[in-house]
Amino acid sequence: MNNWVVAPMLIPLFTAVILIFLHNKLKLQRWISLISALLNVCAAVFLLYQVQHNGIQTLNMSGWAPPYGIVLVADMFAVLLVLAASIVSSCCLLYSFRGIDEQRERHYFYSLVHFMLAGVSGSFLTGDLFNLFVCFELMLMSSYALIVLGGTKRQFRETLHYILINVLSSTLFVASIAYLYGATGTLNLAHLSMRIAESGQSGPITAVSALLLVVFSVKAGLFLFFWLPGSYGAPPAAISALFGALLTKVGMYALIRTFTLIFYHQAEVTHMLIGTMAIATIVLGGFGAVSQTNVNRILGYNVIASIGFISLALAVSNEDALTGAVFYLVHDMIVKALLFLLAGILVAETGTERINRMGGVLTHSPLLGWMFLIASLAVVGIPPLSGFPGKLLIIQGSLESGQYLIAAAGVLLTLMLLYSLIKIFILAFWGKPRRLRESKWKQTPKLLLSSAPLMLIIVLLGVFAEAFMPYVETASSVLIDPTIYIQAVFKE
Amino acid sequence: MEVIVAVIVGILFAVGIYLILTQDLLRIVLGTSLLTHAVHLLLMTMAMLKTGSAPLLGRGAEDIVDPLPQALILTSIVINFGITAFFLVLSYRAYQKLDTTDMERMRSESSRHRGRSQ
Amino acid sequence: MPKGSDIFLQNVSKIVVFLVLAFALYLFFTGHSSPGGGFIAGLMSAGALLLLALAYDIETVRKVVPFDFKLITAIGLLIALGTGTGALLFGQPFLKHAFGHFDLPLLGDTELHTALIFDLGVYLAVVGVTMTILLTIGEDR
Repeated sequence: MNNWVVAPMLIPLFTAVILIFLHNKLKLQRWISLISALLNVCAAVFLLYQVQHNGIQTLNMSGWAPPYGIVLVADMFAVLLVLAASIVSSCCLLYSFRGIDEQRERHYFYSLVHFMLAGVSGSFLTGDLFNLFVCFELMLMSSYALIVLGGTKRQFRETLHYILINVLSSTLFVASIAYLYGATGTLNLAHLSMRIAESGQSGPITAVSALLLVVFSVKAGLFLFFWLPGSYGAPPAAISALFGALLTKVGMYALIRTFTLIFYHQAEVTHMLIGTMAIATIVLGGFGAVSQTNVNRILGYNVIASIGFISLALAVSNEDALTGAVFYLVHDMIVKALLFLLAGILVAETGTERINRMGGVLTHSPLLGWMFLIASLAVVGIPPLSGFPGKLLIIQGSLESGQYLIAAAGVLLTLMLLYSLIKIFILAFWGKPRRLRESKWKQTPKLLLSSAPLMLIIVLLGVFAEAFMPYVETASSVLIDPTIYIQAVFKE
Repeated sequence: MEVIVAVIVGILFAVGIYLILTQDLLRIVLGTSLLTHAVHLLLMTMAMLKTGSAPLLGRGAEDIVDPLPQALILTSIVINFGITAFFLVLSYRAYQKLDTTDMERMRSESSRHRGRSQ
Repeated sequence: MPKGSDIFLQNVSKIVVFLVLAFALYLFFTGHSSPGGGFIAGLMSAGALLLLALAYDIETVRKVVPFDFKLITAIGLLIALGTGTGALLFGQPFLKHAFGHFDLPLLGDTELHTALIFDLGVYLAVVGVTMTILLTIGEDR
C-alpha cells in the first residue's frame, strides 16, 4: 500500500474544486493552477523514483484487497506517462495565461483543465477496467466542456460530433465490460489476465477483445479517426495542445495495456488486426497531413499518423518494439503539445490558419521559426532529438520479427510527416512576408518562453537518451512479462 | 428470463441506433440515452438474473446476488445522467446559435462556410 | 402570486415539496446499509425544487434557495474528496472509512460513520449539478 499513488489524481481534483470558488479572481486562479500543476510534476517524479527503486507501487482503495476492490497500480509505464502528462499540462497552463481570453478563464477554464488532468492520470494509474471507464468519462466530460468553451458556431458543430462519437464508444465500452464480466467474473486487470491465461483465450473472449479494440481505437484515433482533425482544430491552441498531447495517448495507453496484459494469447488474430489498422492509419493519416493546407488540420493528421506508428509496435509486440513504443509515446506527448502551441502562435501572428496565405514569418519572429523547425525534426526523428531512439527501436523490432511490411510503413510515415511539416516551414516561414501584424505581437516572446521547457525536454531526451533508457526498459519489461504486474497487484 | 431480456436489449439497441442515425439533434440525444439503457440492462443480465438477498454479513450466505454489476450500473447511470444533461444543454445552445436542430443543415452550412473561406 | 400557473398545482406542491424533501432526508440517512444514499436523495431534493419551479417560477426557487448552485456543487465535491483524503492522515488507504457507536442525547446509541459525510458531499454535488442544469435550460425561454 502506498498512498502516493493516488496523488497525481488527487492534486488536480482538489485544485479543480478549489478553483470553482475562485472563478472571478483570475490572477489567483492562474497562480494556484500553475503551482498545483508543478506539485503534480513533483509527485510524479517522486513516484518515478519509488517505482524505479522499490518496484511497482499499488494502492488498494478503501483497503479492499485486489480482486474485490479497486486497485491503483503505478508501474513504470503508467508513471512515465503521468509525468509526461503533468509536464505538458504545466506548460499548456503557462501558455494559456497569455493565450486564452479572459472570458474563457472566467468560465472555469482552469478547473476544467485540472479535472481533465485528474481523469488522464487516473486512466494511466488505474488497475481496474471499470475504473478506467470512469476516469475516461471524467476526462471526456471536461474535454467536451473545454472544446465548446467560447461557443463559436464552428465549436458547436465540432463538439456535437465529438460528443456523439465518444458517447457511442463509451456505450460500447460498458457493453464490452459487461461481456467480459459475464465471461470471466472479474474486472481487475491483473485478475482478468490470470483468469484468461488459465482458461485460455476462447473465441468469445477474443471477440470481446475486438470490441475493446474498437472502443480504444475511437478514443486513440487509430483508424477510426474521422472526427479528430476537425475537433482538435476548433478550440484555441492551448486546449488543442492538451487534447493532441493527452487524450489520444490515453486511448493508446489503454490499447497497449489491455493487449499486452490481458489479450496476448491470440496474437495472430488481434495483433494482426491492430497491425492492419495501424498501417491503414499511417497511410491515411500521412496522406491527410500531406494534402491539407490548414495548420491545425495538418497537426491533427500528424497526431493520427503517430498513433498509427505506436500501434505498429503493439502489433509486433517484441521487446525492442515495446521499449520503442514507451519511449516514443513519452516523446510524442511532449512534441505534439509543443507543435500545437507553436502553431497557435503562428496562427495568432499571421491571422490565418491556411499556410498558403502565410509567408515570411521567419524574418518577423525568427525564434518561432527555428523552434518550429526543431520540433518538426523531432517528430520526424532526426538523430540528436527525442524522436529518434523510439523510432529506431520500433523499426528494429519489426525487422527482428520479420515483419517487413510494418517496418516499411514506419519509414513511409517518416517521409510523409517530414514532407507535411517542412511544407508548413517552407510556406509559412520562408518567402515574402505577407499578412503579418503591423507591429510585432507583444505576446509572442512570453508564449515562446512558456513552450521553451517542452523544447528543452525534447533536446535533452534525445541527447541523454542513454540515461533515460533504464526507466523505459523497466516500463517495457512489465509489458513483455505480465506476471510482474500480476504479482505486484496480488503481493499484499 | 435471460433470453427475454437479451431480446429487449437487442430491441433497445436497434431503436437507439435508428434514432442516432436520424437527422434531428433531439432524437440523437434520445437515441444515446436509449443505448445506455440497453447497455445497463445488458450489464445486469450478464451477472445472471435471480432473486436473492444482499451480500451483507449476517443475512445468510445462500442465494446472495452479486452486488458488483449493480454498483457498476449505478456508477454508469450517474455518468450518463451527467453526459445526457450536458448533451441536452449543448444541443439547446447549438439550436440557439445555429438556428437548426437538423444535423444535415448544420453540415451543409459548415461546408458552405469552408467554401467561402477558400 | 405569479400569474399563469395552475392554482391547484401551487397549493398541492406547497405540501408535496415538504413530503418529498422529508423522504429525501430519510433516503439520505438510511443509505448506508439499505437502498438509498446521497445520489438518490440529491436527485429527490432536486426534484422537489423542480416541482417548485414548475408550480411557481424560477425566481421563487432562487428566493427559497438563495445560493449559487455551482458553489454548492463545489462544496459537495470538496467534502467528498476531503473525506476520502482524510484517511491518508491516519495512514489508511485512500477512501477508507471509519465508524463507531456513540451515545447521543435523544437518539441513544447511534452508529456514526464517515461514509455519511462522504454521502453528504455526494448529495450536495448532485443537487448542485442538477439544479445548475435545470436553471441553465429553464432560465432563457
